[in-house]
Order: sequence, then C-alpha cells, then structure tokens
Amino acid sequence: MTQVTSTNSSLLHAEQLSSIRGGRVLFENLNFSVSAGQLWQVSGPNGAGKSSLLRILTGLLEPSAGAVYFNGEPLSQSWSEFCQQLLFIGHKAAVKSELSALENFHWQQQLSAVGTVDAWELLEKLGLLGLEDELTARLSAGQQRRVALTRLWATQASLWILDEPFTALDVQGIALLQQRFVEHLASGGTIIFTSHQSLTLSELAPEKLFLDAQGDAL
Amino acid sequence: MSQLSGRQTWLTILKRDLRIAARRRSDALNPLLFLLMVVTLFPLGIGPGPDILARVAPGIIWVAALLASLLGLERLFRDDFQDGTLEQMCLLPQPLAFTVTAKMMVHWLLSGLPLVILSPLLALLLSLPVQGWWALALTLLLGTPALSALGAIGAALTLQVQRGSSLVSLILIPLFIPLLIFATAAVENASMGLAVHGQLAILAAISVLTVTLAPLAVAAGIRMSVN
Repeated sequence: MTQVTSTNSSLLHAEQLSSIRGGRVLFENLNFSVSAGQLWQVSGPNGAGKSSLLRILTGLLEPSAGAVYFNGEPLSQSWSEFCQQLLFIGHKAAVKSELSALENFHWQQQLSAVGTVDAWELLEKLGLLGLEDELTARLSAGQQRRVALTRLWATQASLWILDEPFTALDVQGIALLQQRFVEHLASGGTIIFTSHQSLTLSELAPEKLFLDAQGDAL
Repeated sequence: MSQLSGRQTWLTILKRDLRIAARRRSDALNPLLFLLMVVTLFPLGIGPGPDILARVAPGIIWVAALLASLLGLERLFRDDFQDGTLEQMCLLPQPLAFTVTAKMMVHWLLSGLPLVILSPLLALLLSLPVQGWWALALTLLLGTPALSALGAIGAALTLQVQRGSSLVSLILIPLFIPLLIFATAAVENASMGLAVHGQLAILAAISVLTVTLAPLAVAAGIRMSVN
C-alpha cells in the first residue's frame, strides 16, 4: 500500500482502521500517524468510538479492519517492545479497592519496573498525603483517579495512551496533570488522550482527531 | 530501560493477590466452611454407622470438594476484570498465559491447599479407615491443581456473562468427572489395602496436563473478554 513508507518515520501509525461494534460502524478507513514527541487529542460525542480507538491502538481490541503499526512494524510483531514503551490508563483505572493508595502505588511501581521514586513526595504532590493508608474503596472518585494517575509520575514508558484522564479531577488536579504532560512532551514523550474539554495550558497544542457519531473522522 | 524478569512479575502478582485475599478473608473461608458443613451433614443424614460411612466417604469428600471449588471461582478474575487490572495484565511485556498462572496459584493456595490440610479431619468425620487417610490427602494434593486450572478456564470464559456462576458449574462439572473417578477409586483401594499407584499416576498426569495447557486457554478467554 502507499502508506507503508510513512510508517517508518512515525511511532504509531494507524492504517485503514475500522471499528464495528454491535452492528454499528464507529469509524471507517481511519489513517493517521503519531510521531514521537507529539500530543494527540481524540475528541467527539459520546459513543463516537473514542475509547474503542484507544483500545485498538493499545492492541487490547482487534480492529474490524486495518492495522496498527508501532515503529513501522505491526503491533503483534513488536508486542514485547511496545508493551515496555506503553503506559495505558483506561476508562477503568486498575485501582484495587481492597488496597490503600500507597499499596496501589507500590504494586503498580513494581510491575512497571521503575527504580526509585519517592512515594511520599509523589503522594504529597497529588494531594493524597494523609490518605495513604485509607483503602481506596473509601476515597472519592477524584481521589481514586489521582491514585491511578500516580503511574504517570513513576514511569519510564514513552508512549502514554490515556482515556479521559481529566475525569473527576478538580481544577488543581487538571492543572497538575497538564503540567506533567508538558514535562513528558519536553523529554520526548508521546501522549494520545481523549477528552471533551480543551487543554488550558498554552504550552500544550494538541493535534486533534475528531470522531463524529456518523462514522467519519476529521 | 530496566526490565522486570518474569519471575519478579509473577511473584508481584502473587503477593498482591494474596494481600487482597487477606483483606477479604470470608471469600476464602466460605467455601471451606461449606465443605465442612456438607461433610458433617452426611453422618446425620445416613446414620453414624461406620461401615456405610466409610464406603461412601471418598465420594462424599470429593464431590463436596468439587462443589466447594466452584463457589469462589466466579470471583477469580471478575474483580480484576471490572476494575481494569486484567487490561493492564494483558499489556505487561510478559505473556498473559504466564502471568495468569500466578492467579491460578493464588486460587490453589486458598482453595486447594486448605483441603489437603483439612483432609484428615474430613476423613475422621466420615470414619474413613486410617489406611485411606494418606491416599485421600494425596489425591487431593494431586487433583486440586487440576481443579484450579480447569476452574480458571471456566472463570475466564464467563467473564462477560452476568451472574456466570451457574454457567461455570455447567461447563466445569463434566470436566471434573475423570478426577472424581480416579480419586475416589484410589481412596477406596487404599482403604482396602490395595495398590493405588495407577490412580495416583493418572491424577498426577491430569494435573500436569491441565496446569500446563490451561493457561493458554485462560489467556485466550481473557483476551476475548477484554476485547
């Protein structure tokens, strides 16, 4: 195909992606390339297929047609390397309600194989200090989201795929997260996220991908 | 980039799940209490005569063990599925078929191993001849890993189903039949002082087969459900 040449330069490349869920076409023939260091915002009305698109990009969901390429290779062939580079926070935040904030953080940190991150400093930054021993089931939705987001401060992954990261966060939380976006992009990282609201920080100028509910992408 | 070895990842998942289980002790204890109560009901129901009880004891204990192992199965992957932990496990650099064995191990530690430890008590309650006790413990030791492995397949396949526990039972009980036949035969033979090596070898073979092959099926089931 003609797109093959462009896959070499890009980090993540979607080729002719289509997704059909429950007999409905969410999007068809979607082509785009995400280069290293870019910030991409996927937006669109509810049910337009934003989450499905992100899950396809992470390889969790099989596209109905088309393929995703990572560093020019199909996902299945570069899977192990892709998983090491990827940090995905989905709609479901993978926070264990039976564990405390601190335990959740330690567990995530151990699985992501990051060296030394000062847990207390991070919990203070995210406003979770004093709540670290509380079971996360007893925390508010916004606080639980903050527990999930601690992963962003303790990771070596370069490609972040975040589904609605700003949900349930307060104004300070949103500012903190955007600040972290800036740092990550400055260090050469790549972020793909979905959100309904536009970013308020002027340093952040995302590439936009708009999915409308009719199955077209703009 | 430092990469976690497979063993470390496996141990991390094991420890995390054991800690979660420690926070929810009733989930692990209820099946065991169920088993004990079912076994104590039989002497009340069919009379305390040791000759009858000893003859039906292997069957009762093993059927009760099979049913008890079904009780906690539905939750094996369900919580992880609902809070997104399974998605994250799919995205670990290590193969999913490898990481799910940690969860199967946790299930065995919480449901299979206590059965082995409780088996002398169960044998006593049903007045099983003393020479059958070690055979009962051995059949449970060799057979329960297969229960956890097969159970994990059932749990993974029914993740998408609301209230999947009855479906899990329908899928799994037929698969448990060979285990039941060979395990009870072994205990009966041992009670009569006969050789049991053949049955134990077959039980061990079933366990080895299921424990090595089930993770592949479990991983496929999970990927399908997450999809």
